[in-house]
Amino acid sequence: MEILVCVKRAPDTSENEIQLAAAGGDIERDDLVYSVNEPDNYAVEEALQIVARTGGSVTVATVGGEEDEEVLRREMAMGANRGVLISDDGFTGSDGRGTAAILKSFVETGRYDLILTGVQAEDGCAQVGGMLAAMLDYPFASLVTSIEVLQNGKLKIAREIEGGSKEINHIDLPCVLSIQTGINEPRYVGMRGIRQIASVPIPTLGASDLGMDGGAAGRAAAKVRRVDYFTPPEGKGAKILTGSREEIVDQVMELLKAEGGLN
Amino acid sequence: MGNGFDSIAQSSYWLIQGRDLFLFLHLLGTVCFLYIVARRLRPLLAAQRDFRFDRPLARLGRVAQYWLAQWRHPRYRLAGAIHILIFAGFLILAARAFTLLAMGVSDRFAGEASGGWYAAVRAYASTVVFLCMVVAAIRRLAFRPARYPRSADAIFLLGLIALLMAADAVFEAAGGAFYARQGREMGREAPLSLIWACQNLFASLPPASLRGLRLGAYLAHELTFFFLLCYRPFGIQFHVETSLFSIYFAKLERERLKPVRWGMPDDAIDKLDSLGVKKLEDFTWKHILDFYSCADCGRCADQCPANAAGRPLAPRALTAKARDYVFGHYPVFGRPADGQSFIGGVFSEDEIWSCTTCGACEAECPLLVEYIDKIVDLRRGLVDDGKAPQALHKPLKSLESRGNPFGKLEKKRADWARGAARVVNGNRVETLYFADSITSYDDRMQSIGRAAAGILGRLGEDFGILGPAERDSGHDVRRYGEETLFMALRDHNMEAIRASGARRIVTADPHAYNALKHDYSGAPPVEHISQVAARAVRTGWLRLNPVDGGVYTYHDPCYLGRHNGVYDDPRDVLDSIPGLRRVEMKRCRDRSFCCGGGGLALFYEPPERERMGVLRVRMAAEAGANVIVTACPFCMANLEDAIKSAGLEGQMTAIDLAELVERQMVS
Repeated sequence: MEILVCVKRAPDTSENEIQLAAAGGDIERDDLVYSVNEPDNYAVEEALQIVARTGGSVTVATVGGEEDEEVLRREMAMGANRGVLISDDGFTGSDGRGTAAILKSFVETGRYDLILTGVQAEDGCAQVGGMLAAMLDYPFASLVTSIEVLQNGKLKIAREIEGGSKEINHIDLPCVLSIQTGINEPRYVGMRGIRQIASVPIPTLGASDLGMDGGAAGRAAAKVRRVDYFTPPEGKGAKILTGSREEIVDQVMELLKAEGGLN
Repeated sequence: MGNGFDSIAQSSYWLIQGRDLFLFLHLLGTVCFLYIVARRLRPLLAAQRDFRFDRPLARLGRVAQYWLAQWRHPRYRLAGAIHILIFAGFLILAARAFTLLAMGVSDRFAGEASGGWYAAVRAYASTVVFLCMVVAAIRRLAFRPARYPRSADAIFLLGLIALLMAADAVFEAAGGAFYARQGREMGREAPLSLIWACQNLFASLPPASLRGLRLGAYLAHELTFFFLLCYRPFGIQFHVETSLFSIYFAKLERERLKPVRWGMPDDAIDKLDSLGVKKLEDFTWKHILDFYSCADCGRCADQCPANAAGRPLAPRALTAKARDYVFGHYPVFGRPADGQSFIGGVFSEDEIWSCTTCGACEAECPLLVEYIDKIVDLRRGLVDDGKAPQALHKPLKSLESRGNPFGKLEKKRADWARGAARVVNGNRVETLYFADSITSYDDRMQSIGRAAAGILGRLGEDFGILGPAERDSGHDVRRYGEETLFMALRDHNMEAIRASGARRIVTADPHAYNALKHDYSGAPPVEHISQVAARAVRTGWLRLNPVDGGVYTYHDPCYLGRHNGVYDDPRDVLDSIPGLRRVEMKRCRDRSFCCGGGGLALFYEPPERERMGVLRVRMAAEAGANVIVTACPFCMANLEDAIKSAGLEGQMTAIDLAELVERQMVS
């Protein structure tokens, strides 16, 4: 089975102190370290496991700039066979729909039986997968927690639904699935693996390679614009504790005692 | 010799002449033994290279100490004493065994009569060995020390050795009794020896019976001898043959962790197809020899803190399972077994990750079996296959991108100092204080860093810290199998250290100490803060105020004590504090009990019955202490946690040696 996994580079939430930029409208990006959007690792791992069972190959693609090549290399070090960087000055400022349109054009340049995305980007809106499926006129399932390949060009998939229950579906190939975290345990990517892949060339495709006209993506085509970032104001009944860690812990203990939460 | 009684070679066994029978038996036995040994050598030849042929004198010294002088055996008193007696007996009886063999094929050796000092010595030696077999069997059957596996094989082997001793005694005694009856005095048998006892027993037997008994005993001795020789390579008694080689080829620099491949340059590691141990043959030949040499004594597992805490790891079992695997896959007879996978089958992943590399097993093993190198190589294999435990992915990733396992910002790495130390930042300093990650970022451990810096300041040292330019020492990154990441961290630190121009490094973190000292090459000399403080106390530079009350005990951090031999400095510092009452825990110094492990061990929780730290603080309570002094931030993290989990809060406290010294400094 030929599988495409769409991945994204995102600030790693566990290694950054996310702060709002003074000017508003964005977060402070100077000291951020970026990595593969964590949920995407589950999608790539799932693709690798499917290929290990049924044969085929895994391609990872991302829409971005030169700096995004590192996430492709990381996923290739995991075991993906090919990486493709989709990059064009005209793509800058795309909204989710624009990104989906770019990916759609890319998908049409190849033959993929299955397209996977992470459940959502840690700095995104969980929207590209669904839109991509719609644009391709492929079936789509979100929050997928298991995949079994059936004989007749179908997949049997489980989806997470409310309350932790699961529903089981059959879905026709080709299709787009967004993969829930926890579906598997993504393998560890060591530094040696990344270094071994460092010299493998990664093709870059631009708008003309994809046969895209100017109007489908980019800032001009974007219909969603981010206006502001803000921390929520202190609501009614909320109390922000300040001080050193010990002082905060003491205050919490006092509050819990005072409110009857502790005896 | 008159009636031919003396000659085994000329006597007849069921119409076959003794010489022919024994020539055949000896040849058959020897050929079988050589064949079996050759088969056992095959996996060693298929294994990885391991250069252990240098420095013969140092190696012979090891042989003299650990093999000939049985150095580590008395650490377990009774078992050790029994073993030393058996070992000495075997050495003494070796010449006798060869004389006996020769006697079967040639009369030239038959004349070796009883009498003379060697005869008396060997008479007692065989008696002692015989009695040791009885005592050992009783121990195994009746008292069943927990560290021994229940093994019928062990009893069988004890029986065979006892039989060997008894056969020799009967052989000798029958001869003695025969001559005594003929009125020929052959010299007095050593009183109370096995021979003496047998001779008294046989005194009234007719000559014909004595002759039969003697021939029968000789045959039984030879059969037992060769059966044992050929049977030993199938089980734990193979160590009788292999221990000499295991000790001769034992690693000389035990503090040095095995590199990925001995002698391989760093940049070649990227080009290897595979890294670490994924199949049996990925071990080095010496490691496979270790599997043969292990005598299943279980001292390693008895000392292993992971085993004590109920983790799925016992060093003895690790070896025993590997040995069974070798025997199955390189059989002496028949086809190699297949089936069970090596990793995941023979060794479970949890087992491989359960080790804290504390080194208690290696400090105990009488045969110098190496465990840490094997564990680290197994981990390298797992990491290379992407099988690092999920809990370690984030810390490892953070170490790669931020240089610390917590994912904290590099620019905040010097925040702990709060004026107690200045960042080098391009200036040159005499002494560099290396904080390492946990001391830099953990709220609690930062106080250890400030205390150490306070001591250096008080001593008037010209010192600085690398601050944001420092990265994790990578000590445990390496021990958890991520060699390439370790090399990146090391290279970064080495560059920063060189740029600082420091001529000496001081640290309060034994893991950083061990890394800088043994894993980095070319770093300036490193000292632990306890060594600095001990020197200052001894020379009178540093005077400490008295303490009021409290019973103190010192917990040896593995990487300060066992791995680097720093036992006395911290104790000397404590003892220089007036009024401080110090007690030792039962397990101290090179038998110290690991707190639960440092570095990445903080992030990984293997299945366990109890936390090692909890066991450790109970030991401190048992010793009557209410203050545990340690000298390692990881020990502090684990022990403080354990005091709470053990419900000893309010009765027991933990303090770092540096903190204690800083608190008590005379101002």
